[in-house]
Amino acid sequence: MSEIVLDGISKRFDDGYEAVKDMNLDVNDGEFMILVGPSGCGKSTALRMIAGLEDITSGELRIGDQVVNQIAPKDRDIAMVFQNYALYPHMTVRENMAFPLKLAKAPQEEVDSKVIEAARILDLEPHLDRRPANLSGGQRQRVAMGRAIVRDPKAFLMDEPLSNLDAKLRVQMRTEVARIQSRLGTTTVYVTHDQTEAMTLGDRVAVMRAGMLQQVGRPSELYANPANLFVAGFIGSPAMNFMPATVSGDVVRLPLGEVRLDLSRRPSQADGRDVIAGIRPEAFEDASLLAADARERGMTFRTKIDLVESLGAEQYAYFQVEAGQLEAEELRELAEDAGAAEVPSSGEGQVVARISAESRIDRGDEAELWVDPTRLHFFDPANGQSLLARD
Amino acid sequence: MRRGSREYASWSIGIALVLAFALVPVLWILSLSLKTPESVTDGSFIPHHWTFDNYNALFQGGFSNGPFLHPLVNSIAIALIATAIAITFAAFAAYAIARLDFPGKTAILAGALAIAMFPAISTVGPLFDMWRSIGLYNTYLGLIIPYLTFSLPLAIYVLVAFYREIPWDLEQAAQVDGATPLQAFRKVILPLAAPGTFTAAILVFIFCWNDFLFAITLTSSNASRTVPAALAFFTGPSQFTAPTGNIAAAAVIITIPIIIFVMIFQRRIVAGLTAGAVKG
Repeated sequence: MSEIVLDGISKRFDDGYEAVKDMNLDVNDGEFMILVGPSGCGKSTALRMIAGLEDITSGELRIGDQVVNQIAPKDRDIAMVFQNYALYPHMTVRENMAFPLKLAKAPQEEVDSKVIEAARILDLEPHLDRRPANLSGGQRQRVAMGRAIVRDPKAFLMDEPLSNLDAKLRVQMRTEVARIQSRLGTTTVYVTHDQTEAMTLGDRVAVMRAGMLQQVGRPSELYANPANLFVAGFIGSPAMNFMPATVSGDVVRLPLGEVRLDLSRRPSQADGRDVIAGIRPEAFEDASLLAADARERGMTFRTKIDLVESLGAEQYAYFQVEAGQLEAEELRELAEDAGAAEVPSSGEGQVVARISAESRIDRGDEAELWVDPTRLHFFDPANGQSLLARD
Repeated sequence: MRRGSREYASWSIGIALVLAFALVPVLWILSLSLKTPESVTDGSFIPHHWTFDNYNALFQGGFSNGPFLHPLVNSIAIALIATAIAITFAAFAAYAIARLDFPGKTAILAGALAIAMFPAISTVGPLFDMWRSIGLYNTYLGLIIPYLTFSLPLAIYVLVAFYREIPWDLEQAAQVDGATPLQAFRKVILPLAAPGTFTAAILVFIFCWNDFLFAITLTSSNASRTVPAALAFFTGPSQFTAPTGNIAAAAVIITIPIIIFVMIFQRRIVAGLTAGAVKG
């Protein structure tokens, strides 16, 4: 068990593409750190540099107290779970899990007992003598985990280990991975593009975009105080709604109407400027369900509801606002990542509101909605940075 | 259902035609080898008088004086040695080409291909001169070297194709698991590339086994002459009879090792050995 320190790590490929730019990240001993971001953001490259499978162009990587830039993967004492599992097809489950121990020249008794123990933890005992080809996806995934945990390494590195499982199994294995990690207490770096996995699994989450670290923090922190437009839009599902706004004094003019802000949520250095306002779907509510005093605290507005999706426990209401054109590179990339850029009707000006399941609002209604002004976010349109003072 | 059975029938006919095309000449040779010298030209497919004289004649005189036994041993030894060397070198070369990035990689592949395409006949004359002056003429090594030249490119091409199919992740997993590059190659890549290795081995072996051009040019006695060349020196019982039956018998015998070789290894040449390594 050790901490992993990335100190100004950069990766430039031979073709000149810079996949990771000056990355600084401390993964504490025993911590479950998630690297999350859209595809191509450099998260896998960062992980592979920690594993030693990619050379580090510049910067210093330390595992424990040792600088490992020039150390071969086999001498770094780390274990890795690959996205496609990378099981050895010519070996049985037992041989697969014993492989790292055999290479380390562990005595046969130790190999046997460790493999049995790992199999017990992962519920693989009945399958020890089968080959990977005869296992289901979830079982293969567990064998890959088993191969990682038998060795008691300094750190686990996981490269989207759940992305090949179907949705139901993925949720199951997610809790399984969290359980095993907390049981073993091994430092773990986990790469995913799925923000739900990131939010549910990690002690801390590092959001990356275009090779640069955007924000590192506990999941709740990223959710409540995103540092910039990208983090705001990436974390949370459904995603945060963005719309143009103008600030004058303590009043913000949104396409929905005007809101008076209290001091704590007032954007800094924004007086008289155009900003981008971000409102999470859960900051909305059906106004007719609220008591009068609650209504007073927020702003109500009337709008035509285009669509209502009922999920049982909650509903999502979609409506349009006069958004104009929101110009920000981050937003464009988020839209591309979500695939929204290819859908003509989505995106511009569409807002999602999460409303209570009791709401009677229906498609096509002219409904009155309420928004909580204490949960507004403001971003600088020029650079995407949050304009709220961080606490 | 009816369409299925009609398709099945037409396929069966097609396959039967191909099999006949390939096997009738072999059976004809077998038939010739069992005929007496007088009936060789009678044109009947099934011999009227069965005889093993042609086979007996091949082995008369044993190893040192017979026309056949020594060349047969030469053939087996030379083909096996050349195959072993070619596959060993090709395994490493193909691994480097498939996995590593180094300058001149495409040049090496292109060069290998060019050599494989090179007309062997144009090298025979110079080789004959060179081998005589450096003492490789009429030796095993003198045949093994040109066989390697022409079979290595073939083996490298086959193996590169197989190595490229093996997911790179497996090797990286092995490295993270604590394997040196050589251990990863030996314990993970080689077992998985076994079908490719055997395919390449069979191709190289057949190439060496069948070669006539180098064998006839670069040898002068049974000390290193291989069977295809030795066949050309067969004589009939008298100077007026062609050794047709003997040649046919020898042809049958040298076909047998190839059949055995392929039968042994064909079970290894099954696709799907890498199934289950990675998802998707």
